[in-house]
Amino acid sequence: MALAVDFAVQGGQMLLVIVLAPFLTGILQKMKARLLRRQGPSVLQHYRDLLKLMRKDVVLAENASWLFRAVPYVIFAATWVAAALIPTFATGLLFSWTADLIAIVALLGTARFFLALAGMDVGTSFGGIGSSREVMIASLAEPAMIMIVFSLALLAGSTQLSTIAQFMVSPAVGLRVSLGLAFIALTMVGLAENARIPVDNPATHLELTMVHEAMVLEYSGRHLALIELAASLKLLLYFSLIACIFLPWGTAPPHAQWQAYGIGLAAYAAKIALGAIVLAVFETATAKMRVFRVPTFLGAALMLGLLGALLLFVSRGL
Amino acid sequence: MPGGVHILILQCCVLSLLTTAVAAIPFGRRPVGTALIYGASAVISAIGCATATIALFANQSEALQLPLGLPWIGANFRLDALSSLFLVIVNLGATGASVYAMGHGRDEHAPQRVLPFFAAFLAGMNLVVLSDDAFTFLLSWEFMSLTSWALVMAHHRQSDTAHAGYVYLLMASFGTFALLLAYGVLAGAAGNYGFEAMRMQHPAAITSAVVLVLVLIGAGSKAGLVPLHVWLPLAHPAAPSHVSALMSGVMTKVAIYAFIRIVFDLLGPPLWWWGIVVLALGGITSLMGVLYALFENDIKRVLAYSTIENIGFIFVGLGLALAFRADHFESAAVLALTAALFHAFNHSIFKSLLFFGSGAVLSATGERNMDKLGGLIHRMPLTAFACLAGCIAIAALPPSNGFASEWLTFQAVLLSPELPQWGLKLLVPAVGALLALSVALAAACFVRVFGITFLGRARTPAAADAHETDGYSLFVMLSLATTCLIAGIVPGFFIDAIAPVVQGIFAHHMPHQSAVAWLSIVPITKDRSSYNGLLIFLFLAVSAGLSACVLRLLSSNRVRRVPIWDGGFPDPTPLMQYSAESFAQPIRRIFGTLLFRAREHIDMPSPGDMRPARLDVKLVDVIWDTIYAPLARAVSLITKRLNILQFLTIRRYLSLVFSALVVLLLVVAIWR
Repeated sequence: MALAVDFAVQGGQMLLVIVLAPFLTGILQKMKARLLRRQGPSVLQHYRDLLKLMRKDVVLAENASWLFRAVPYVIFAATWVAAALIPTFATGLLFSWTADLIAIVALLGTARFFLALAGMDVGTSFGGIGSSREVMIASLAEPAMIMIVFSLALLAGSTQLSTIAQFMVSPAVGLRVSLGLAFIALTMVGLAENARIPVDNPATHLELTMVHEAMVLEYSGRHLALIELAASLKLLLYFSLIACIFLPWGTAPPHAQWQAYGIGLAAYAAKIALGAIVLAVFETATAKMRVFRVPTFLGAALMLGLLGALLLFVSRGL
Repeated sequence: MPGGVHILILQCCVLSLLTTAVAAIPFGRRPVGTALIYGASAVISAIGCATATIALFANQSEALQLPLGLPWIGANFRLDALSSLFLVIVNLGATGASVYAMGHGRDEHAPQRVLPFFAAFLAGMNLVVLSDDAFTFLLSWEFMSLTSWALVMAHHRQSDTAHAGYVYLLMASFGTFALLLAYGVLAGAAGNYGFEAMRMQHPAAITSAVVLVLVLIGAGSKAGLVPLHVWLPLAHPAAPSHVSALMSGVMTKVAIYAFIRIVFDLLGPPLWWWGIVVLALGGITSLMGVLYALFENDIKRVLAYSTIENIGFIFVGLGLALAFRADHFESAAVLALTAALFHAFNHSIFKSLLFFGSGAVLSATGERNMDKLGGLIHRMPLTAFACLAGCIAIAALPPSNGFASEWLTFQAVLLSPELPQWGLKLLVPAVGALLALSVALAAACFVRVFGITFLGRARTPAAADAHETDGYSLFVMLSLATTCLIAGIVPGFFIDAIAPVVQGIFAHHMPHQSAVAWLSIVPITKDRSSYNGLLIFLFLAVSAGLSACVLRLLSSNRVRRVPIWDGGFPDPTPLMQYSAESFAQPIRRIFGTLLFRAREHIDMPSPGDMRPARLDVKLVDVIWDTIYAPLARAVSLITKRLNILQFLTIRRYLSLVFSALVVLLLVVAIWR
């Protein structure tokens, strides 16, 4: 029976993230539009877009290779697996031991690696510019993320996300400088990784500034649908990650009662809504920065992460 | 057990390799020679590899003494777990290279320059790992260096080869000299050149410090530790590709073996600051190596620089192991050493694979410059597939083997706050950040390598007319790619295979991994960290398959092929694609301006002027300019000054000799 519940929780989580991801993107769009006093598209618009893209034919460049056609599936799979391993409404995920936080970061790295390759496959300068900038951003964002993982792992004594989440609700946490630094750094990394303002603008196709959109310019039809879905999924993943670590309240513990799962779901919805509001307000209030100021931004994230880890290393002996 | 059967077989392998080398001299010029010699090397290396694997699992110490070498010690050989593991690495790489060369080597225009030295080089590497006294070790080491030097010089008419060979010869001699001194200090006044005798005596702190520095110079220069790496990116690419693979994938591991053998085995218990030295060197090497690789356009040199990065990674693992060992954190020390050894094995696999791939590209197009390639995935699909697997592994992405060893190293880093020394407490997180940075940059580097070389449109006719490489090469590349995947999804078996080695050095080993449920790896405890490559691989495969099935059911399945869209403005020529230079430009701006003093100069013609605009990028190799160039200048200055001694009259020579004698006698008189 316990195993069945575990399976249900894990399966529910996998379905939940995939169903919720386009909704989150839709809500963000709607809120940003409302903040600008526009009506904005419906919150369900993203689902409609995905359906539309799925029904369309794939229009493929003549010289696209097999890799170009395989990449959307790889990106989607890697992002989905990563998203399925981050606790959303319940911590006792059946497969959480298959990959710790380092492996989840690396899974996202796999997705990015293939996306950057896909950008170069057709051989256009747009694709090249996107890939080149993407790996530049990743070369700073990924170490920053690893440093954040170090901070969390040193605090919780584990790199397993469920253990970290359980540790964060326990009274042993206290108020820690390192956690604050890690939170700021993680938010910065999340903005960069999801191509949000101020690093990249998801709404624009202006060639001098775009990164993510430039890489996927040659994609169409169901391939594009998968990539878009993976992008939404990644945004939701970062929301869930921040919620699971820094807002751990309400999440259902392993083998809980049905009510606990209900509370967990409600709490998760509230956290995501809160995050979406904050992100929408932030994006509306901020301007996109020049692409060569991004390294400074991410360098700051890396240094914050390193500082957090360093503090923990040093304070361990005191 | 003296004179065991495994060591006898391995010695027979070495002997047959040497015989093959001699036989290659008359056969070298004949057409059958290539197939014959490489075939023989492949068979012998495969036997050696199998024997070493069996010996690794049997885990006994076997010794053999041959009446060669110095009369009062003879030539001592020993096979223990450590040497078995490295013999597996050596002979696995050698088998791959030999089979690959059966196809690739046919294009060689002067096989007589390669064949004898190839077999001798294999024998040399085996001998280094087997030897059990300082004399045999140094002799084999020098034999290995010289045969590999001869292989570097095989294409001696190419412009850079002479320079590469010269620098390599200098650095190799210097390295051997440092090792010679290290053994001299270890042997002490009594002159005990056998390893067994060295193990027995416990040198004083200052003595062991001297030995550590000398070994870091000697083995480090062969492995490519910054700043002793300068020869490596020159020499490794200059050799024929299968030899490059051996030098980068395997010979650097022999250097790692030498470091482990001397520092972990012969030198006695470590002091805590050894860890600091090795960690700092490893971290710097790792970052510098990958940055050099990112700013390089020659595909084989990129691979050579990336070897430097991986060597740095391995040395970080070894440094952590030393630090933990010095502070008696046994389980952490065991984890760090296991991670380093596993990464050494993994690197030998994927680096060989990538060098084989670059060799296939080289013989198909005649180009090593990435900016002259492109679109090879259409022309060489299988090579591209194998190289993609290699790139994934070297970029440390799950579920490859590169990720598994990287993950273990990070787990070891995370155990280090318990170390009591402040120096280590401050250094380890910084080194962890350097590692994370170099891993991310390595991913960028190999997106660049694969993307520019294999993807996009062909930039030159040579790349457009390329053809798929031969069956032998493909077989080897695909087998190595499979090995990368297998070692990535079931790393537990490989960690268990390494366990006897770690047991032999630290008298502890990691918890048994293959018994863990679902073949996870659990380095310390289950709620601390675990990783399951097999399930990750299955999840990825199932999710990708599931999404493909769902889309097949729900969506339009038509695919229309049309000209490139590119936002409505397709580039007229393939030369407008991103090049290797431009791809690295953002990263060059971030890291290059400080570390390489990168300067960009734009030469924009005034309106009406018809000449093309130019962008010049200048990179300064800071290490070469600050260490090696002044050294070379000083040497040439001194030699110039001393040159007058060459043109003296006989009277002056005689008076010089006389005064020298008088001075020496005076010194002796005063000394007494």
